[in-house]
Amino acid sequence: MAIAGISAAALVLTACGGGSTTPAASDTAGAGSTTTSGGSATTSGSSTDGGTVGATSTWCEDVKSKYGDLTGKKVSVYTTIVAPEDQPYIDAYKLFTECTGAEVSYEGSKEFEAQIVVRVQSGNPPDIGIFPQPGLISQLVNDTGKVIPLDPDVETFARKYFPEDWMNYGVINDIPFGIPNNADFKSLVWYNTKLYKDNGYSIPTTWEELTALQDKVAATTPPWCIGIKSGEATGWQITDWLEEYVLRDWGPDVYDQWVKHEIPFNDPKIASSLAEVGKVLKDPKYVNAGFGGVDTIASTEFNDPSAKIQDGQCTLSRQAANFDANFKNVKLGPDGDVNAFYFPPKTTDFGNTVLGGGTFYAQFANAASGRPEVDAMMYFLASPEFANARAKAGSWISANRGLQASNVPSPIQQTALETLQKPDTTFRFDASDLMPAPVGSDAEWKQFTAWVTGQDDQTTLNNIEAAWPAS
Amino acid sequence: MDWFLQPTSVTDKLLVMVVAIVLFVAIMGLILWAIDRPKVPTWVVVTGFVGPVLAALAVGLLWPAIKTAIQSFQVSQAVLGPNGKPVIDRTTGQRSSELVFSLDNYSRVFSDAGFQKVLINTALWVLLVPILATAIGLIYAVLVDRTRFEKFAKALVFLPMAISMVGASIIWKFVYEYRQAGSPQIGLANQLLVWLGLEPYQFLITEPWNTFFLIIVMIWIQAGFAMTVLSAAIKAVPDDIIEAAQLDGATGFKLFRKVTVPTIRPAVVVVLTTIAMGTLKAFDVVRTMTGGQFGTSVVANEFYTQSFRQGQGGVGVGAALAVILFIIVIPVIAYNVRQMRLVEETR
Amino acid sequence: MSQSGQAIELPITTDSTPEEKYSARQQKKAMRLQDAKTKLSSPWASGLAIIIAILWTIPTFGLLVTSFRPVSDIQNSGWWTFFANPGFTIDNYSNALSNSAGGLGNFFLNSFVIVLPAVVIPITLALLAAYAFAWIDFKGRDAIFVAIFALQIVPLQVALIPLQTLFVNAGLQNSFWPVWIAHTIFGMPLAIFLLHNFMKEVPRSIVEAARVDGAGHVKIFFVVLMPLLIPAIAAFGIFQFLWVWNDLLVATVFAPSPNLRPITAAIAELSGSKGSQWELLSAGAFISIIVPLAVFIGLQRYFVRGLLAGGVKG
Repeated sequence: MAIAGISAAALVLTACGGGSTTPAASDTAGAGSTTTSGGSATTSGSSTDGGTVGATSTWCEDVKSKYGDLTGKKVSVYTTIVAPEDQPYIDAYKLFTECTGAEVSYEGSKEFEAQIVVRVQSGNPPDIGIFPQPGLISQLVNDTGKVIPLDPDVETFARKYFPEDWMNYGVINDIPFGIPNNADFKSLVWYNTKLYKDNGYSIPTTWEELTALQDKVAATTPPWCIGIKSGEATGWQITDWLEEYVLRDWGPDVYDQWVKHEIPFNDPKIASSLAEVGKVLKDPKYVNAGFGGVDTIASTEFNDPSAKIQDGQCTLSRQAANFDANFKNVKLGPDGDVNAFYFPPKTTDFGNTVLGGGTFYAQFANAASGRPEVDAMMYFLASPEFANARAKAGSWISANRGLQASNVPSPIQQTALETLQKPDTTFRFDASDLMPAPVGSDAEWKQFTAWVTGQDDQTTLNNIEAAWPAS
Repeated sequence: MDWFLQPTSVTDKLLVMVVAIVLFVAIMGLILWAIDRPKVPTWVVVTGFVGPVLAALAVGLLWPAIKTAIQSFQVSQAVLGPNGKPVIDRTTGQRSSELVFSLDNYSRVFSDAGFQKVLINTALWVLLVPILATAIGLIYAVLVDRTRFEKFAKALVFLPMAISMVGASIIWKFVYEYRQAGSPQIGLANQLLVWLGLEPYQFLITEPWNTFFLIIVMIWIQAGFAMTVLSAAIKAVPDDIIEAAQLDGATGFKLFRKVTVPTIRPAVVVVLTTIAMGTLKAFDVVRTMTGGQFGTSVVANEFYTQSFRQGQGGVGVGAALAVILFIIVIPVIAYNVRQMRLVEETR
Repeated sequence: MSQSGQAIELPITTDSTPEEKYSARQQKKAMRLQDAKTKLSSPWASGLAIIIAILWTIPTFGLLVTSFRPVSDIQNSGWWTFFANPGFTIDNYSNALSNSAGGLGNFFLNSFVIVLPAVVIPITLALLAAYAFAWIDFKGRDAIFVAIFALQIVPLQVALIPLQTLFVNAGLQNSFWPVWIAHTIFGMPLAIFLLHNFMKEVPRSIVEAARVDGAGHVKIFFVVLMPLLIPAIAAFGIFQFLWVWNDLLVATVFAPSPNLRPITAAIAELSGSKGSQWELLSAGAFISIIVPLAVFIGLQRYFVRGLLAGGVKG
């Protein structure tokens, strides 16, 4: 995780805790990653350095000269992304095959999180995995030692295109492991354009305007709709709400301390943010539009609100940019049927606070293990050509500075990308994805589910704090 | 040998399947042929009959089980270097850790309120599912016995057995699904409540009853198994016993209670045991219907989550849960052993 | 299946049993008489049976109806409204069929290839072992049998990584062998337990007679016991078939690649990365039910036969 500072010297780089480890921030404070970003066009350590770099690179010539002839080789990619969402990836990977002659076999499974552990432990890992949370990579690094660090050439090339803090999400114990794949822009509120037009609502651009709109609607019907059901991950939607509030209430520095467990999960600051979230999510006046009372939050699938936004029953729904996949045959954008606006900051102290998430590529084979084609693939995945090809193929943006907004078809994702690339944006990565698994993908889900169905704030936070691994 | 290890075409796949079966038959045939001699000592014969099974079970179940039992007493600790900081491998980034003996996993399982709930739920599942599924299966088997529609009637109740647990969860979603009062219900159970003039109910969320609604799904799946086995047992009750009882004037329910039930008792024990074991291990229903949330989780589900999702720390807790699961079943095993002894004595 | 575990020496000589020998005709008459009398008090009994049958059928019927309804209908109204305002579509089925890479045909084939050895092998091995436990006296027999019985409870999950490691070391990964072997191992404890119960049913006199004639264990097993056990084997075979066919966990771990994936795993992946497309799942669930259902209905007669049908009684 990183501090979106202006000076690179102030950076604190640590591994994101995962598995049985805690990020030992103190060990690594001030230590840069093992390689310096060589030849990088930019030196700022913030994800928000404005502008983009060229959309073309010399990746193809580079891998040919570095890794030799790869014709007929095979690289396997294992991921959580299954049909029909897999096709855009398969299409974008064709560029790699066209250049190198190496084939890419793509395999998706919804059981990825458990299966990757089984496969790595039993000595049958894929060549490359797409990890939904950086925490899972660090868990595998620390538990198995089977994840292979990035080839220095790949890292140098990737640092040319990715902002420093995005690269740092994949740094574990000072060693770089991950190439960022997509960026998921979470700070959005989705709404029905016709509903706003008919009622004369204007798009809120400040926190005050948002609360005013919320209260105006609440006089007659609940404004917000939310569902947190998502199989075993039921509850993750509330982790995002809390993260948004912590970031808005206390700013990025406190947020980073919270992620690194420098302040406990049941710290009074966090408790006050949770209380603020509760003022919306636990008040029948404000939720759950189109579904019923507060208790329906827990029984509603996380993507079901899309239908209620469409039919105008729901005025406000906080969802990530990739929520657009749930609107089939619906025109999105300001002049469409459904659009999204930026979830405004509470104060002007911290700039435009944005919460986001993302997935990361990590490799299990390399040239040293006789598989140069895997390094070549990682090299390609860091290239702007891949980012642009993947973006063209469907709802997807990434932090790659070579990605052109004009190549992003979805207007909402386009706006998200532009916001991401603005200089005054304070971006923070999803905390629960950075925290150790027993906290971020177990206790938080369960406790927030219990919280929304009636458990009190303090018990909830104490239980999550108790799950934090000791070692 | 591509077809042997990586078959891709239809013919290759069928070929490797046939080869697997033929290979197996050939090997077993050879073993049996070898031991089928006069004057072969008994232990050789026993080895031929039981050896392959014992070898497979030792490698595939016993050894992992022992390993798990050991893991349940271990926690992973980071190795500290001379500077008091964790030791990190400079090439792989791995943080060195060592396993040390500890009872922490057990104390966590027993002290954590969440895990206590899991243990209580598991006990409920293991009591209610076998008893109710067997009772319903038995009653139904008796009711439709020798009626005109027997085959058809049995097929109806057996049907859920043929459906995977994941399929069953989808089926029951459309029974339990909740919609707010006033809007059209899409769950049948809630529609019934509305028709009766009651409020719709959050079947899967409202504790503590939600666990019972999940248990109903499992009973629904398992009753067919109980029915088929017990039905066959009922049919095998020798006629002369029935006739004798009838001559005594026993009819209807009395005949069933006094004659049929005692006669098929061993079969009932087998059914109860089999369903209890199956119930303990099954986690798909909980996993797909509630994800183990809302206080519905059971040991098998928690074990899966802990072992594969929570890193090294979860492995120990998962192992402790598996050991506890085993301890829960010991009474069932002991009872069965006693039954076997009794049968043995009467032979 | 049959009167599992039932002791053969039944308490036939109750106080009042007249030691009469019925002629065949008298026996038939008695059977008919008994037919009438074993029924529980009729209207109540039929009513209860009908209620159970309805309770057990309705949920599945609901899904069948759901699978033919358009998505918007599924989300906005109950399936029982279908009869009042039918909205009929086969899109869910065509989407389910086209959504799964390579088409479902391939997954059906995989299921078939997995299921046959995974039924035949464990049952054969279990029969041999069950015979030894039932009819061969050897030291430690009971202890080993109890141990195997207890192994039923070992959750499969504990064995996944150790077994997969073995397969990877043997270079068997990405083939069908791991799935077959895993199913064999996981299915055997229960198979031995149940089949042992049947084995014990066979009257001792039959086995003893064969032994006096000088038959060895192998011969007794094949010539004397196998014919008697066919219904039991068929019945257990069907159960094992259903378990393997409907299994998800073993398939996910040991047959992960799309090339080996059985139908259940393919159905589970149907709903896309983003959660819940119930319309596809409901269609998919039905596609996967077809085969087990056909097998059950086709082989149902084995279930209703008594174990020792074929008249070895007495």
